[in-house]
Amino acid sequence: MAASAKRRRGWRKRLGALARFTGALVIVGGIYSVFSPSLYAQEAEDNAIDSEVVKGQELYDTSCISCHGDDGEGIEGRGPSLIGVGSAAVEFQVNTGRMPMAAQGAQAPASDYPVFTEEEAEWLGAYIEYLGGGSAVPDDLAALVENSDVAEGGELYRVNCSSCHGYAGGGGALSSGAHAPALTGVSDEEIYQAMLTGPQNMPVFADNELTPEQKADIIAYVQYVVNGDKDPGGVFSLGRYGPSTEGLAIFLVGMTALLLTTLWIAGKS
Amino acid sequence: MKRRKGSSDSLLTKAGGELDDRFKLAGPARVLFNKVFPDHWSFLLGEIALFSFILLLLSGTFLALFFDPSMVEVTYDGAYVPLQGVDMSRAYESTLHLSFEVRGGLFMRQMHHWAALLFMASILVHMLRIFFTGAFRAPRETNWMIGIVMFWLGFFEGFFGYSLPDDGLSGTGLRIMEGMTASIPFIGPWASAALFGGQFPGTTVIPMLYIIHVFIFPLLLLALITVHVALVFIQKHTQWPGPGRTEHNVVGFRMFPNYVMKQVGFMLFIFGVLAAMAGLFQINPIWLFGPYEVSVVSSASQPDFYVMYLDGLIRLFPSWELRIPPYFTLPPVFWPGIVGMGLSVMLPLLYPALERRFTKDRGHHNLLQRPRDNPGRTSLGMMVVVFWIIGVISGGNDVFAEKFHISLNAMTWAGRIGLVVLPIITYYVTYRICLGLQQHDREVLAHGLETGILMRDPNGRFYEVHQPLAEPDEHGHTELEYNGWVVPKKMNRVGALPPQDKGFFKSIEEPSENGASSHEEIESGKH
Repeated sequence: MAASAKRRRGWRKRLGALARFTGALVIVGGIYSVFSPSLYAQEAEDNAIDSEVVKGQELYDTSCISCHGDDGEGIEGRGPSLIGVGSAAVEFQVNTGRMPMAAQGAQAPASDYPVFTEEEAEWLGAYIEYLGGGSAVPDDLAALVENSDVAEGGELYRVNCSSCHGYAGGGGALSSGAHAPALTGVSDEEIYQAMLTGPQNMPVFADNELTPEQKADIIAYVQYVVNGDKDPGGVFSLGRYGPSTEGLAIFLVGMTALLLTTLWIAGKS
Repeated sequence: MKRRKGSSDSLLTKAGGELDDRFKLAGPARVLFNKVFPDHWSFLLGEIALFSFILLLLSGTFLALFFDPSMVEVTYDGAYVPLQGVDMSRAYESTLHLSFEVRGGLFMRQMHHWAALLFMASILVHMLRIFFTGAFRAPRETNWMIGIVMFWLGFFEGFFGYSLPDDGLSGTGLRIMEGMTASIPFIGPWASAALFGGQFPGTTVIPMLYIIHVFIFPLLLLALITVHVALVFIQKHTQWPGPGRTEHNVVGFRMFPNYVMKQVGFMLFIFGVLAAMAGLFQINPIWLFGPYEVSVVSSASQPDFYVMYLDGLIRLFPSWELRIPPYFTLPPVFWPGIVGMGLSVMLPLLYPALERRFTKDRGHHNLLQRPRDNPGRTSLGMMVVVFWIIGVISGGNDVFAEKFHISLNAMTWAGRIGLVVLPIITYYVTYRICLGLQQHDREVLAHGLETGILMRDPNGRFYEVHQPLAEPDEHGHTELEYNGWVVPKKMNRVGALPPQDKGFFKSIEEPSENGASSHEEIESGKH
């Protein structure tokens, strides 16, 4: 009897220990879950980023890899390494239709029909960002442009940009078939991305050369002068190319009209 | 129409008589009014230059009221937003003020610039007409030389005007001029320092160019235009050879009333075209260029079109620098810039003398030559035209390269090779075309006109019926001599009568009531 009572006490003892252990676990787990809910949320977000990178990588592996190589390492003679160029560069090149390039040439021409949507460009950007970081457009660009100084932008534009893009943003030729494109119809983000990353033949204007505020000034000037359609001088701006098209106009319009007049006057006798 | 008898007529007569009594006007006025103008469109090209010059004087006077050629530095606070707060010269500021705040200012500025371009363009076209028809031959060499001098005066007058506003583009142009001046051996650097009052750009050059632009050169041009026109009156017009036209007469219309009316109408038409261009086509938008800063050079910086061929030559010339250590360096820009410009001045000036020397033709010529009848001269002229056009295109080669998606390097090399090869090809091709045209003239004179009627004879042979121009001999040939006239090439061009007037609204003009449409011949005596 004594032995059975002893065994029963042992059972109770074990059950109690289990209950205490379970209770402690519940308490600890409860406290843990109360104090660190963010860990779970963080994990969920990481998954989201991973999925953008993964989607970007999928696009990269089908459309970019043939020139830029595995993991953006670049291929000698075909395409440069993309490690460290950042999402601003990717979004500029892809959203303006320059990349993917149709064929190797002096320069990738812009296209009105980009291959990827803006969302896909963001995925690609995320993937390249994931590979090696890089620069990005500030989130408050609209506010910067809003508070910019057009005249200051004009001075900066003439010193830094006009030697290739021309006084009036009409674009210009560079050596060996490359060119600086016209600035008509470009968005604020594109201009910023271009200055920040120096696509194609353009030099990089990093933030220590032109501060984000100065870049915003230049954007404001370009949008005012190039895209504001400010040609007070007449219906025809002659492409704002200056004397070369003006010389054509004086012969094709003025001289032609007057030669016809001479024929008329001399013919009527 | 019957003449209305009335007091106005007699009043005019009376007033004329009174004036003649006092100033002896009848004699000179008679000579002037009776001056005969040949009736051909190509004789009206010089007038385009003359009338655009008048418009240049008028619009330039307006601009001078508001423009201030001062290099004092000011801060802009005018109407144009993107330049507000920018430091600039008073010259640039007053040009902006003139463009944006003076009523009609931008229109007048644009009209002035378009008139300047038209002035130079019409001089060029006029010069081509004179050259290709041989109108510069004796006794008119002096007038040809005066014309060349006026072209170069206009060239620099235009260049100085382009430099005055002190904007980014004009400063770039001045910089190139400074480089060219400084490239002259030995005297270059001193000449450049004298011109700019020391270091480029300095503050003296714009006020100096202003006085040259608004006073000295216009005065010189006005004087030379007067001499140029006076010589046309004294030496009389040349004319195309044709029936009734000899070396000793001029066939056409009298100055009064016929030609005065035409000229006034033409002048107003030219003013109208220039005003329309000034209102419709934007020219030289200086507000985009910004104030001149030495560090700012835009792409697509071109001079006006008449300077552009020199710019093109400079762009094409290889970078051959001549160095004789330790002191002497001859920069490459010297060759296209200074030597090129020197040759472009001297060769046209001397051309009449050179032609006299090589052809040994010392006679006086009042009848023009058809370009085909002097293939050597015509081909030489075409060589120069092609050379000039390649120069002009190369002057704008960056715009061309960009617009037509051509490599700039390819443009440069095409220009270099083209400048050497194309004029030679042009010479040959032009010469052959001239000979071909001559031959066709002779063929028509010998065999008659092609009628376009095909006949088939009993043997089955096809042949075209020709209309002989005179009574043919037994072989169907006519012995007509070519005498420099236009040979008719179409059936409806044959006839002793001059062709009927073509109308503007109808294909053939109906003769007017007063019968003014008959050609009158004036024997103007020996030339």
